[in-house]
Amino acid sequence: MSTIGKVTGIIANLVIVEADERVAQNEICFIKHEGTRLMAEVIKIIGRKVYVQVFESTRGLKVGSEVEFAGHMLEVSLGPGLLSKNFDGLQNDLDKMTGIFLKRGEYTEALDKDKEYEFEPIAKKGDTVKAGDWLGEVKENWIAHKIMVPFIFKGDYTVKNVTGKGTYKINEKIAVLTDAEGKEHNVTMVQKWPVKVPIKAYTEKPRPFKVLETGVRVFDTLNPIAEGGTGFIPGPFGSGKTVLQHALSKQAEADLVVIAACGERANEVVEIFTEFPELDDPRTGRKLMERTTIIANTSNMPVAAREASVYTAMTIAEYYRCMGLKVLLLADSTSRWAQALREMSNRMEELPGPDGFPMDLPAIISNFYSRAGFVFLNNGETGSITFIGTVSPAGGNLKEPVTESTKKAARCFYALSQQRADSKRYPAIDPIESYSKYLEYPEIVEYLNKNNGENWTSNVLYVKDVLLRSKESYEQINILGDDGVPLDYHITYWKGEVVDFVISQQDAFDKIDCRSSFERQRYMLEKVVNVLKYEFKFDSFEEVNPYFKKVINQFKQMNYSEYESDEFKKNEKELETIIQERKVA
Amino acid sequence: MEKDIKAFQRVYTKLFQLTKATVSLHATGIGNEELAIVDGRLAQVVKIMEDIVTLQVFAGTEGIATDAEVIFTGKAPTLKVGEGLAGRFFNAYGEPIDGGEIMGEELEIGGPSVNPVRRKQPSEFIATGIAGIDLNNALVTGQKIPFFADPDQPYNQVMAMVALRAQADKIILGGVGLTNDDYLYFKSVFDDAGALDRIVGFINTTENPPVERLLVPDMALSAAEYYAAEKGEKVLVLLTDLTLYADALSIVSNRMDQIPSKDSMPGSLYSDLARLYEKAVQFPDGGSITIIAVTTLSSGDITHAIPDNTGYITEGQLFLRKDSDIGKVIVDPFRSLSRLKQLVIGKKTREDHPQVMNAAVRLYADAANAKTKLENGFDLTDYDERTLDFAKAYSEKLLAIDVNIEVDTMLETAYELFAKHFTPVEVGLKKEFVEKYWKEN
Ligand SMILES: Nc1ncnc2c1ncn2[C@@H]1O[C@H](COP(=O)(O)OP(=O)(O)O)[C@@H](O)[C@H]1O
Ligand SMILES: [Mg+2]
Repeated sequence: MSTIGKVTGIIANLVIVEADERVAQNEICFIKHEGTRLMAEVIKIIGRKVYVQVFESTRGLKVGSEVEFAGHMLEVSLGPGLLSKNFDGLQNDLDKMTGIFLKRGEYTEALDKDKEYEFEPIAKKGDTVKAGDWLGEVKENWIAHKIMVPFIFKGDYTVKNVTGKGTYKINEKIAVLTDAEGKEHNVTMVQKWPVKVPIKAYTEKPRPFKVLETGVRVFDTLNPIAEGGTGFIPGPFGSGKTVLQHALSKQAEADLVVIAACGERANEVVEIFTEFPELDDPRTGRKLMERTTIIANTSNMPVAAREASVYTAMTIAEYYRCMGLKVLLLADSTSRWAQALREMSNRMEELPGPDGFPMDLPAIISNFYSRAGFVFLNNGETGSITFIGTVSPAGGNLKEPVTESTKKAARCFYALSQQRADSKRYPAIDPIESYSKYLEYPEIVEYLNKNNGENWTSNVLYVKDVLLRSKESYEQINILGDDGVPLDYHITYWKGEVVDFVISQQDAFDKIDCRSSFERQRYMLEKVVNVLKYEFKFDSFEEVNPYFKKVINQFKQMNYSEYESDEFKKNEKELETIIQERKVA
Repeated sequence: MEKDIKAFQRVYTKLFQLTKATVSLHATGIGNEELAIVDGRLAQVVKIMEDIVTLQVFAGTEGIATDAEVIFTGKAPTLKVGEGLAGRFFNAYGEPIDGGEIMGEELEIGGPSVNPVRRKQPSEFIATGIAGIDLNNALVTGQKIPFFADPDQPYNQVMAMVALRAQADKIILGGVGLTNDDYLYFKSVFDDAGALDRIVGFINTTENPPVERLLVPDMALSAAEYYAAEKGEKVLVLLTDLTLYADALSIVSNRMDQIPSKDSMPGSLYSDLARLYEKAVQFPDGGSITIIAVTTLSSGDITHAIPDNTGYITEGQLFLRKDSDIGKVIVDPFRSLSRLKQLVIGKKTREDHPQVMNAAVRLYADAANAKTKLENGFDLTDYDERTLDFAKAYSEKLLAIDVNIEVDTMLETAYELFAKHFTPVEVGLKKEFVEKYWKEN
């Protein structure tokens, strides 16, 4: 029998319920209201008083309304059919909801229970298995979706039987497992899992040692993110966080992408809904939507579900990681989730930490980031979750709790600069402030040099150094004036501009420039480094600016043309001619 | 002390707690966010604890006595919508202020959100004739965007101009703390343009209690939803000034002893503003709600919590400032942004639009650098001089808010200025566009 309670207090979406029987922290409950049931989560228990946050508007709710406790925490359904779906933060399928407006209290099945899947067994009778082991697989779009021993199964089981090849619906029994006591357990293609608990069905989580190719040069060339790594993108509004995340979601070399749109604009999600079914996945040639799952809890959707949305997304990512897949998880914006926590903490009159955020915010953030990672599965296969979140600092000031907490948790820092955005230098990632800790990992450096040529890392460090010296020269020129500095300062400054315009900047809206393969990046980096190492002859500083503009312009024409195409080669030739004009032999 | 007047109306007369903004009493069977009349003033339930109900009184509690009459209405705030709405002006409670009743269905305000998968991607260009907007920050139906402006900028005038040129089926004006003069100004320009029958106004002026303002945007947006969702019309909503809305929010949260966050604003400011702005939508059947708002700044400070949260919510901002070089108000190309522009520029407008736009802004940025050099007492290069000349002409011919031309003319004008001051390489357009559109003077 489930516990029953009664509403005794209402403050916005914080509701106080009186319950006599067993209630658990984070347990889900449903408040009955005018023929609907409003979903809520327990956030505090004091004696018989249970504080719950309601995932819906509480308008019209009255004291005395009946509350039914569900006996479990907030959980998601895991099984075939998660891909290509548009869920809300509580894993309701938005496409299944009726009407133009979201109706409160309307909840849907996450998966299609009538859809049939072609099942192929992997495990055999007599095999010893444990949670996360693969029993069989079905085709989900192009992915071999593994049907696993449910994660809640503790210890070893023996396979009594696995069903043969054939078509099954997700709720049909596909295997019977026997536990140590000889008890039999039926397994279907679906399992449930509480979102706040990490899925740990793997043997080992090593330090990441591979790089995830994103096609975005400021990432790959300058500050690469490891496969299974973590990174975050803080930046004031309009600096390009969302455009950058969308670029990553379209181009990254991931098997699948989970996007949590958390408390941001609905139109940005609509953009994904509209474009992804049309755009090609550069890896498979299939539609992008086929490798994407969207969790949309936009800013006008219930605030309390923002927190749920990022956990739902993470849990789905963990599920696919256990299948040996390379998952990219993106969350935009994690600050909105932190703000939702703050709203609730204030309503509960908890002692506030800095800027009114809950005291345990740093711990919450770092626990979340720690769920990403590269793992070795029980069968020796590997899987990964690379997680990149955006942060929206108040007033663009990075000295605020969410940015600071995230900086401690994430290994890559991609700082968007207002100044660069204002001068339309996109993506506006500050090339000097930003960093990737992975560049300090010997295993990553080795990986990069192996895959991109042995000069790679030294070239990368070289252009970074050029950027730094360029900035210094620029400052000197500004202090002393154009003719107050030696001619060399101008050249140094402009060499940095070449790196900035040709490597750092990338037009996300140009169909060619938007994605740059590692191969192409290697070629261009080599080319740029060569040019930077040349000595050029100028008679006066006034010649420097127009000349380098010409060089940059020609480099950009290369960026805009298809790699290795005739046009690309033609532009390259023209560049050579321009270089020869002033190159000192 | 309970007696029934209507089936769902109950009357109480014993208040046991009064603060500046709220009253509390013992009552049962009350719904959250339900409306009540306290001593003749409108109030809304904000908290229920057992049988203690706390009401926020919009007009303030001055003079309310412990035995004041409290009548619960049994419903959340509503607006009556119907054919008679157009051409009318209402107060914050949705009551006509120009005489006469409205017949029609009652719509709950501040209602549910549109399911994101039922939205359509905005794609219809709104031509305003103002190049600072159309060329650099093109607007799209279904967009939400505020003017960021200091209080002395003519934002209401620009907004009225944009509204009249936007070819909307309906224009809904939400006046939030509008001065009476500005209210009359809006009325008269709409009248002069013969557009009054397309206007619906919800007006809270500086003469009304500030907390009442909190209802205005919801009223305006409910009316907008009625026309856009039910009638499939293109609706433009003007909300001015939402800084005063946020100020009213902070008054309330302050009086209710909530912990303030940055700049004494409530911690929920982002969600509160997003709830309004996200009503902007393009429906698949052609109906749309476009929101143009005003956020007044204090001395151009966009890091203040109000513009900051607004910027995180809206799809860009139009920044007005006076350009002292030409003595006119311009739409600042650096600090303005339309996030939806890429959905229409170069698609609904000429192919070279994005490149021309970016090139001009880049050259304008070079001019700004040259200016800094000049101010620091350094010599200017020939290129610097040319950028300064360009900037002045660009400001005069394209950025000034009194410009009223077609997009093609804007592009032509840009090429003229480019050719007059620069070489094609300096401008850096794609080669194909230079070949096709560049005109030597
Ligand atoms: N890589 C890019 N290339 C071209 N334009 C960009 C790029 N990144 C951002 N922008 C411009 O900046 C605007 C704001 O970017 P967005 O990602 O929405 O900012 P944020 O999420 O940080 O608020 C975009 O609408 C676009 O006009
Ligand atoms: Mg964004």
